[in-house]
Parts: sequence; C-alpha cells; structure tokens
Amino acid sequence: MSGLRRTPLFEVHQQLGGRLVPFAGFELPVQYRSILEEHAAVRERVGLFDVSHMGQLHLQGRGATAAVEWLVSCPVASLQTGRVRYGCLCNESGGVVDDVTVYRLGDEHWFLCVNASNIEKDYRWIVRHTPAGVDVRDRSGETALLALQGPASAAVLAACSDVDLGALPRFAFTRAKLGASEALVSRTGYTGSDGFELYCSSADALALWETLCLAGAAHGLAPAGLGARDTLRLEAALPLYGHELDDETSPLEARLDRFVKLGGAPFLGGEAIARRKQTGHAKLLVGFELTERGIARAGHALSHARAEVGVVTSGAPSPTLQKSIGLGYVPLALADPGTRLEVLVRGRSIAAQVVQTPFVRGSVRVVRKEGSRG
Amino acid sequence: MADYDIPQELRYTREDEWVRIEGERVVLGITDYAQQQLGDVVFVELPAVGATLERGEPFGVVESVKAVADLFGPVSGRVVEVNATLADEPELVNQDCYGDGWMLVLEPDDPAEVEALLVASDYRQHVKDRAE
Repeated sequence: MSGLRRTPLFEVHQQLGGRLVPFAGFELPVQYRSILEEHAAVRERVGLFDVSHMGQLHLQGRGATAAVEWLVSCPVASLQTGRVRYGCLCNESGGVVDDVTVYRLGDEHWFLCVNASNIEKDYRWIVRHTPAGVDVRDRSGETALLALQGPASAAVLAACSDVDLGALPRFAFTRAKLGASEALVSRTGYTGSDGFELYCSSADALALWETLCLAGAAHGLAPAGLGARDTLRLEAALPLYGHELDDETSPLEARLDRFVKLGGAPFLGGEAIARRKQTGHAKLLVGFELTERGIARAGHALSHARAEVGVVTSGAPSPTLQKSIGLGYVPLALADPGTRLEVLVRGRSIAAQVVQTPFVRGSVRVVRKEGSRG
Repeated sequence: MADYDIPQELRYTREDEWVRIEGERVVLGITDYAQQQLGDVVFVELPAVGATLERGEPFGVVESVKAVADLFGPVSGRVVEVNATLADEPELVNQDCYGDGWMLVLEPDDPAEVEALLVASDYRQHVKDRAE
C-alpha cells in the first residue's frame, strides 16, 4: 500500500493483527478481531480507537475569534475556554465544506478537528477566509488522537489520570496527565456512547495507548477499528462527510439545524442557507430501517410507490438492534417517520420505513445540552 | 501467511469456494480464507432449489458488516438443496464454513468441470500468492 500515510500507532495495529485498509490516504485498521465484537465492546464496556488521521487546524492571534465565528455555522464567540462545539464550514452556496468540532483554547486561540480527507481543502479554505493577522496552522502531522468510547471510559481514565475526568461535562475539555503522557482530554466522540477523545503529541501516542490499554484491562477494553466506528456512528445517526454531507448539501437538508445559527451572528454561507430554506429544500436526510431481509448500502436507490425518489448515503446492519438501518435523502413529502420506502438492492426492491433518529440512544450522559457529536 | 484451514479432501475455485464431491452431486460453500477476509457474515442470499448455475457466473451474495461478496458458480449445474438455516444463522459461515456453513447441493452438468477444479495444494498456493 504505497503512498499511504501511517499514524504513530501503525506498528501497534500490526502487532494486534488489525486488518489494514486504505482510508482517507492513511493505512488504518478496519477491524482487529471482529467488527461485531468491537461494536459491542463500545456499547457495553469500552473501546479504544486510533483516529490520528483526523486533522487539527489552529487559528491564533488577534481576530481569531471573529474569524472562527465567520467560518463556522455554530455560535462560538459565546463559548468559554475549555468548551467544544460541533458545526460546519459552509461555502457561499450553502453547501458543506466540512463538518468539524471547534475547540476554544483561549481568548484568541482555537482549533478545529477536521475530517482526514478534507485537511488540505479546509486549510486552504480557512486561510482564504481569515484576515492576515490570524495565524492559521495545520498541526495534524504532529498530533495524535485516540478515542476512548463506551460506558466504562470514565472509569478507565479514573485509573490512570491525575485529574477527575469523570466530572468533565460533555463537550468540555481539559489538559491531563495520563501515566507519563500529557494529553488534551475532551468529553466528545463519534459513537453515540459516553466517551473521551484524547489529543497528544505524536511522540506520546504509543505511551498513551499503552497506558489506556493497561488501565482498561480491568474494564474489558477492546481496541476497535474503523468498521465499528462506522456502525456505531450510524446507529447514533451522526453524519459522515462524503456520505451525508458534501459541498452541495445544505446542513439543514442534513437536519443539522441545531448547529446552524440562522438569525444569529452572520457566517460564511449563512445567507445562502437561509435562502435555500425559504425556497424550500428539495431533499431531506432521513433514517430508515428495512422491514424485510437484506442490507442497504451507500449508493443504493430509494423508491416510493415504485418511483425512484432518493439515494442511500450510509447503510449497515445495526449490531445493537439486530436489523438493517440506513440514512438517505428523500423529498420532504416522504420524510415523516412511518413513511414506506423501498431500497433497490441488486435489482430487487426491499421494504423499508422511515424511523426516528438516532436509531440507538446510547449511554451518553448529557451534562449540558450542547452539540451532537456524541 | 496467516493460518487458513484448507482440507485436503475438498476441491476449490480461484473465487474461494470449496466443493465436496458426494457421488453424482457436489456440496459447496466458501473457504476459511474467504470467511476470514469477509469478517462477520450477516447476510447470505442463495438461489432456490431448481435454479441453474453457470460456471464462473454470480449466483448469490455473502455480506459481512462492511463487505459484499458475489458467489460464483464453481461448476454449471442444477440446485437440488439449499442451506435454509443460513437465512437466520449467517454466522455459521464464520463458525463452520466447511460444515454447517455449507450453501448449496448441485447436480453438475458436466463431470469434467468438477475434475478441473483446484486441488488443495493448488488452492493453498493461490491463497499464498495473494497474501504476498
């Protein structure tokens, strides 16, 4: 797999027998032993993911706060230092450049955690729309990111941290020492279960991984790969860029209304998003479940009364629910729960119906009603 | 190379199916290598009894959580038995791919096609070639 980048934990993945696949330009484990087992570990106990492929773009200096407020769809000026919010970078036509989590490190110091496939695109986008006085820096290469997710994750951290991280509210972060490693620990995640994301320097990644594995052994911690990450986020109905979101789709079509400050501070793309809302959206993201045997996959057509009406953006068997679920875009008139749809799988039509999302309400402990990237 | 179970007495295809010759009929399924590559099997779609298979043509599908794999006819023939248990217990393909995870019983059209299938040592080499 030449030309692919590796995270600082590449050798750990090899030693653990991870099946390495290309993903967003990186060579990453899709699974270690079994996606189903890793999925269950996160829902019932705790799982550990290497997500060091994700990008970290910093904005610092006088004007940084105003720049971030202009760049992202969610309100940020009101955010305290030590808090995180989820939002989108939007383009002038109201499409989504990327979906990001926004961290306030100080009065005029922020960083955005961005999708691996969009790091260069986002960096160029941010530089283009940020005043010259603000320093924009891509620190993705020197930063590792581990995600510790599952109901036992706080107990794992309690066993190896110098700070009471169990008291950290959701969508808040702090610095902590875990074993010999320094990390920025954030109570966020992409699984729908309680959990933490730990940012550290690439040089510290291996030590941090080992500290967490050691502390997690008593709690049944399992290393988990991209496969489980995807089924977990799908059960939580969290969007994946390139599937539910892209440069053409409005965040409102993707049902991200809670993260769009229409009527609040002006932001890049906001006018177009408001205009598109007023004109009426052509499509809306829905969750559906199959009511017959089969599995919906991204790219399959959705139909209603035998007419093709939309497309599946993500689909998989839900390990928690033991049924097939998916996300897809349909016309507004077909977006209500209970609406009958069909998924066209290899020339056959399989019955489905629109359901409420998230499909699975995980063990997320809502301390403050803020953000959804949980 | 990882360890794969490739029973000596079976015959194989380059598409990772195994065939057991039982008199005039053959039983078929997917190999240990195939099930390990797929991961957790969650769905198996097979033809009905009476359907005909063409050698090298897709006749069904095995899906794992992440992957979709076509099944290809190892030989041409008529389906005389289908493992209906796999509809409810697709995980048998992972747990016992050469036993309870069998898929179809066929009546082959041409015994020469059965004779032309790979023997275990050739299949082992084929697996090894791709692992490298």
